[in-house]
Amino acid sequence: MAHADGPQAVQDPQRPQPGQAALGEPILEIRDLVKHYPLTQGVLFKKQVGAVKAVDGVSFDLRKGETLGIVGESGCGKSTLAKMLVGLERPTSGQIRYQGQDIATLSGRAMKSVRRNIQMVFQDPYTSLNPRMTVGDIVGEPYEIHPEVAPKGDRRKRVQELLDVVGLNPEYINRYPHQFSGGQRQRIGIARGLALRPEIIVADEPVSALDVSVQAQVVNLLEGLQDEFDLSYVFIAHDLSVVRHISDRVAVMYLGRLAEIGTDEQIYDHPTHPYTQALLSAVPVPDPEAREHRERILLAGDVPSPADPPSGCRFRTRCWKAQPLCAEVVPPLEVPAEFQDTESPARHASACHFAEERHVVPSD
Amino acid sequence: MSGQTTGPGEDATLLEVRDLRVEFRTRDGVAQAVNGVSYRVAAGQTLAVLGESGSGKSVTAQAVMGILDSPPGFVTGGEVVFQGRDLLKLGKDERRKVRGAKMAMIFQDALSSLNPVLSVGAQLGEMFRVHEGTSRKEARERAVELMERVGIPAARQRVGDYPHQFSGGMRQRIMIAMALALAPDLIIADEPTTALDVTVQAQVMDLLAELQREYHMGLILITHDLGVVADVADTIAVMYAGRIVETAPVHHLYKAPAHPYTRGLLESIPRLDHKGQELYAIKGLPPNPAAIPPGCPFHPRCPLARDVCRTDPPPLYDVGPGRTSACHFWKETLDGAR
Ligand SMILES: Nc1ncnc2c1ncn2[C@@H]1O[C@H](COP(=O)(O)OP(=O)(O)O)[C@@H](O)[C@H]1O
Ligand SMILES: Nc1ncnc2c1ncn2[C@@H]1O[C@H](COP(=O)(O)OP(=O)(O)O)[C@@H](O)[C@H]1O
Ligand code: SF4
Ligand code: SF4
Ligand SMILES: [Mg+2]
Ligand SMILES: [Mg+2]
Repeated sequence: MAHADGPQAVQDPQRPQPGQAALGEPILEIRDLVKHYPLTQGVLFKKQVGAVKAVDGVSFDLRKGETLGIVGESGCGKSTLAKMLVGLERPTSGQIRYQGQDIATLSGRAMKSVRRNIQMVFQDPYTSLNPRMTVGDIVGEPYEIHPEVAPKGDRRKRVQELLDVVGLNPEYINRYPHQFSGGQRQRIGIARGLALRPEIIVADEPVSALDVSVQAQVVNLLEGLQDEFDLSYVFIAHDLSVVRHISDRVAVMYLGRLAEIGTDEQIYDHPTHPYTQALLSAVPVPDPEAREHRERILLAGDVPSPADPPSGCRFRTRCWKAQPLCAEVVPPLEVPAEFQDTESPARHASACHFAEERHVVPSD
Repeated sequence: MSGQTTGPGEDATLLEVRDLRVEFRTRDGVAQAVNGVSYRVAAGQTLAVLGESGSGKSVTAQAVMGILDSPPGFVTGGEVVFQGRDLLKLGKDERRKVRGAKMAMIFQDALSSLNPVLSVGAQLGEMFRVHEGTSRKEARERAVELMERVGIPAARQRVGDYPHQFSGGMRQRIMIAMALALAPDLIIADEPTTALDVTVQAQVMDLLAELQREYHMGLILITHDLGVVADVADTIAVMYAGRIVETAPVHHLYKAPAHPYTRGLLESIPRLDHKGQELYAIKGLPPNPAAIPPGCPFHPRCPLARDVCRTDPPPLYDVGPGRTSACHFWKETLDGAR
């Protein structure tokens, strides 16, 4: 078993080429991951009266060199999941296996050395950077925690190299975050995420706050860095077009659980879960010709509270196909029986008792 | 672009903005936020104003509505002709009468535009009491009707609830109800669904479109989302650095843009229906409104820029029926030059 204390793990010579992501071996294995935030009552004597089930039994693999996109509407648990992956939140239960070892329960030094390889890029370049620190301090801060990566005398040079890599002028090292535009601040956040030469980057809405023209620049940067540094990405966003563009595989999340997971083509062109279908059908596409012949699935009502999710299938309160079975039995995330023996792209994991294919994305 | 002549079968012009200019005078200097914006909307029509943040979309709308933050903002030129009258020439009281009764605005953030300490019923009812002198009881009744009309479930039970007790989508519906209360002829919606999830956005946009048809209102939809625009707009005005750089009927603009900036925007968005190659990215950043480049303000980022672009500001050329472009090389751009 490779240890993160040593040099970076040996590169896999069979690193998947684009489109062959299925060949990569898992670098992270997530099993039944759960995060419940306790709900308490009382001022003096706090007693737990329930829990927000922010993430409630999520399993998936991240393969070496791939980008796994995670989509879902606000409050479905994406950020909580991301924070558990990078060690910012401790799971209530479940496993996060990295190179075969469960890192969810590690602590102290062991945790620190493993975590070096899994870094996060945050959503909001405006609030995630300390306004009183220079860009050099921000990007170099991870070296304070991991001095073994870059000896003190070396750091300035390293930081300047990182700035160069993300397309910022290395001479800006002494400037402050407010002197940069939103897109440039996101580049600073990316440079910081790269500082420890991680294998995995978890990016939580990294382009959501940016204007389209700048968003394209940052998306291209992330794609370039992935090739250059052999990175595996977990890419979280609510913009389904951006996620399709950047991801090899996509997981759809609803109310703390995964509804469906597959390649970008399987999920966007052959979705079998009703929630995925509703979500995709609601995305406005930049083509005025599409509006006449487009069928939109309008969902009724709001998402239920994660403190009191529906029994059985979590989507059943808004699903137009719900049957009594849906309230009784939790649908497992697996290839539905009717597609198991087919070659169809509908043959991918979908947590629905009545999964069927439906085309919802207009194409020309 | 000028004149109010309407052809047969075409709706009369409801609002025409001509050469509007707004500047902000601050300690750091003067920022030219709006530099000669012209657009028009007809009854029953939707004009989308598209542009990146800071391009002047909201400030233009605030000047049209008469709610510009002044000082530091000042209208320094132009006309806002609404139903035949230049609003900029009206007194404060007359202006206030137009606002609310004839034109209303919907904002992105309902939570900060609604009063947090008044129930939604009281806020809706106040519109009728102030503008129409309705009794308290009747105002409440009409508030309930409006809430029902915009699709708030159990409206009668919820009329006494406060804004924070509603979900984001429901709050946006309440703001639409507020705007609709006095049956205005024009609604300006400034990024009304930007803060909402896609499934909720679809519901809210549907509601807006339905109400617009029902009341035959003009709608100005301000957004940065090329998808939303394609879904609902009749015509589009693209803004850059406080100017309109292109106007066109929606189908034409997406098929053949006449301005390099518009084309850059269209090419830089990823697609939902296929994975696509590397994204096209417009180089550089939009300019700071306190230091707009001379000549064509887009020239430092434009792949087609030539010497003339660095010195001569392009006028808004007529480039086809209902189409304008502020580019010296609009013909080449239309023909697909890179
Ligand atoms: N620290 C916390 N304490 C209590 N509840 C939380 C906390 N963080 C997140 N939540 C709740 O968990 C759910 C999932 O949140 P989050 O992971 O941020 O979702 P997303 O990123 O998909 O919008 C939400 O209902 C949120 O309110
Ligand atoms: N209250 C204000 N004080 C000073 N400048 C302002 C103010 N409001 C807007 N501006 C300036 O006007 C420009 C255009 O702003 P705005 O119309 O809000 O852009 P948009 O809505 O297109 O994102 C901004 O770049 C900003 O510099
Ligand atoms: S399991 Fe039932 S409720 Fe859930 S998505 Fe499938 S049909 Fe709908
Ligand atoms: S005028 Fe020149 S710089 Fe401006 S958009 Fe046209 S070609 Fe580009
Ligand atoms: Mg989040
Ligand atoms: Mg704005």
